[in-house]
Amino acid sequence: MALDTKQTHVLHEWKHGRPMIACRFDPSGRYLFSSSEDYTLQRWTVASGEKVAWEAHDSWVRDFAFSADGKQVISAGCDDRIIFWNLEDKEPKAVREIDAHKGWVRAIAVQPKTGIIATGGNDNVVKLWSSDGKLIRELPGHDSNIYSVFFHPTEDLLLSGDLSCVVRQWNLKDGKQERELKATELHTYNGGQQVHYGGVRDIALSPDGKTLACTGLHKATNPLGAVNEPLVVLFDWAKGEKKLQPAAGIKGIGWRTRFLTDGTELCVSGGSGGGYLLFFKPGEEKPYHQLKLKDTARDMGMHPDGLMVATTHADGHIRICRLEAKK
Amino acid sequence: MKAPYACQSPEHSFARRQFLGSLAGGFVVGGLGALTQPAAAKELNRQQMRVISIFMSGGVSQLETWDPKPKTDTGGPFRAIPTAVPGTHICELLPMTATHMDKLALVRSINTNQGDHGKGRYQMEFGRNQMPGMEYPHLGAICAKGLERDDNPLPGYIRVGGGSRGSDAAWLGPRYASVGVNGKPPANSERYKGLTEDIDILRNKFRQRANDRFLQQRRTAATDVYTESYEQARELMARRDVFDVEKEPGSEKEKYGDSQLGKHCLMARRLLENGIPFVQVSHSNYDTHNENFNFHLEQLGEFDRAFSALIADLHDRGMLETTLVIVMSEFGRTPKINARYGRDHWGKAWSVCMGGAKIHPGAVVGATNANGTAVSDREVDHGHLFHTYLSAVGMDPAGSFDIGGREMPIADPSHSAIDELIV
Repeated sequence: MALDTKQTHVLHEWKHGRPMIACRFDPSGRYLFSSSEDYTLQRWTVASGEKVAWEAHDSWVRDFAFSADGKQVISAGCDDRIIFWNLEDKEPKAVREIDAHKGWVRAIAVQPKTGIIATGGNDNVVKLWSSDGKLIRELPGHDSNIYSVFFHPTEDLLLSGDLSCVVRQWNLKDGKQERELKATELHTYNGGQQVHYGGVRDIALSPDGKTLACTGLHKATNPLGAVNEPLVVLFDWAKGEKKLQPAAGIKGIGWRTRFLTDGTELCVSGGSGGGYLLFFKPGEEKPYHQLKLKDTARDMGMHPDGLMVATTHADGHIRICRLEAKK
Repeated sequence: MKAPYACQSPEHSFARRQFLGSLAGGFVVGGLGALTQPAAAKELNRQQMRVISIFMSGGVSQLETWDPKPKTDTGGPFRAIPTAVPGTHICELLPMTATHMDKLALVRSINTNQGDHGKGRYQMEFGRNQMPGMEYPHLGAICAKGLERDDNPLPGYIRVGGGSRGSDAAWLGPRYASVGVNGKPPANSERYKGLTEDIDILRNKFRQRANDRFLQQRRTAATDVYTESYEQARELMARRDVFDVEKEPGSEKEKYGDSQLGKHCLMARRLLENGIPFVQVSHSNYDTHNENFNFHLEQLGEFDRAFSALIADLHDRGMLETTLVIVMSEFGRTPKINARYGRDHWGKAWSVCMGGAKIHPGAVVGATNANGTAVSDREVDHGHLFHTYLSAVGMDPAGSFDIGGREMPIADPSHSAIDELIV
């Protein structure tokens, strides 16, 4: 079947029963890993929907990544730790635990060709780890909590985005910062409520390597009351200049964004306006298609086949959507 | 409108300053000099009892502060940490405060049953439920009057972080109403440069003569407000340095942190040191219906540093035993986490922190159930807390003010203090 985003439909609803947080498909596409507010992790067999759940961190898990060989999943916890788990263990046990940051580990990524692990946390530091969990380098410089980390797919570069919506580009060879991109449309300081709000919730690069997408929120007239809208800030990768900023005009946060194989972009939004899959075409400000989900969404994982996404929901469900016509 | 607290006598302005409190829990009467107790007043003055209230605007989450429930269905992502009191744990967002819990106390069993911001705030600050047509004095006004010192001409109730004059003293009169300052010396509080001190004195004498003559025949609540405001403004001008945080050394500012709350807490300490009986500092904003955890992380980081510095400072300066410290909100937040990672309004089971003065250090009163959805032991409400605050500074909350011959209960007579909290 071919990608046909306007035919996107919910294929499965998998119930866990407690509010869900994050989710990722493993590189083989056989499993989906998720986390929830009950402090457990779940491994779902995609073909059957079978679930294995286990207690993991002393807190919530907000992100996952997979080792370069695809044999381990690494969970990033709000208990300051990252934990390595064997993908296939019948009853998953921690293989390795690392006290990674002082404060939440909000984001984790693995560079496929080297296995280097990048983490970002509430201590405002990016850290690089070897595949066996040894600290390689610390990358200080952010002035606020780090919300996202992203390895460039072909170059030895790492991008990290923070609450203030500064995206720093790091050279992996020497750990030097090479560039700073400001996606400050995604940040709000509300003087009345005296809060900073927003953050670069996710970073993605288009398949042709020409467009960088940072997602989050804008129009935050009432941060404490969830009055804000999702926004994607696009950059010309080569020039570092901003391009169009696709927005949807619904209430929510752009939690995660992915480019599809046809070069269009998918963003998942969740918040007071409900949950949506938002589809954008290059050069267009408004989504050309959107799918409202049953409940507000909190995260999205993209299957390696590029035709399926999983979303986590506060109502305790995982929803699996196919980006093609129903069979 | 005639001033109900005014006896219309020339002695009034002096007699009003003679409000007394009994330290031994005896009869306390305020007001017009008829039932005063000079010995008790002398003792209060000697001890220089005073109060600082830190108001966490919007409703701080008890689960992210004083009553964490980690790894329960309501616990959220934060962990509990041990404190200086063995067996007492608080949220990990307050690591510096945790080291001072042996100087503080917690009430973890508050049920005010109120989820409205305005009504909840009224309960906590006035010690009663808000009722149409009824006016009661704010805790600050009561303390301003009850802890007033003859040798301190400054206002008795100062709000740091608010820039206007409050109308929150009810029948105690405008003298005890709040004065707001915005974290720096009040605007226009320097004498006009073109005016010499001598001329200023002459000018003021003339104004006072005219004012006194006018008041002999036509005194009203409105003229009292004007007169008290003017006199307090003059005193403020004379002692404006008290409000100037910039007079503090850099090391002090560093301790309190580079936040508005840090500056306000430092100013509060200066005000308390200079004899102000009641200072209120507000920290905004905790009304976290959305992203409760991110916002508490941000706000409580500021709070933890400023508050712990304040407690350490009061302790190191020997002021804590005569200073009641209260950390309050209008209510707590729901144990249930909503779909936007938020917590909503919750008055049924929440917490307050207090310490200093006569509060039992290290005490923990009351408890909630395993996931914090209900009080499980020693339920109290705003009325009990109000009595406790006043008892902690040596006033008798069961006493009355004598207002123009009419006895007005200081606190809600249907309640009493949380005795086990009082040393």
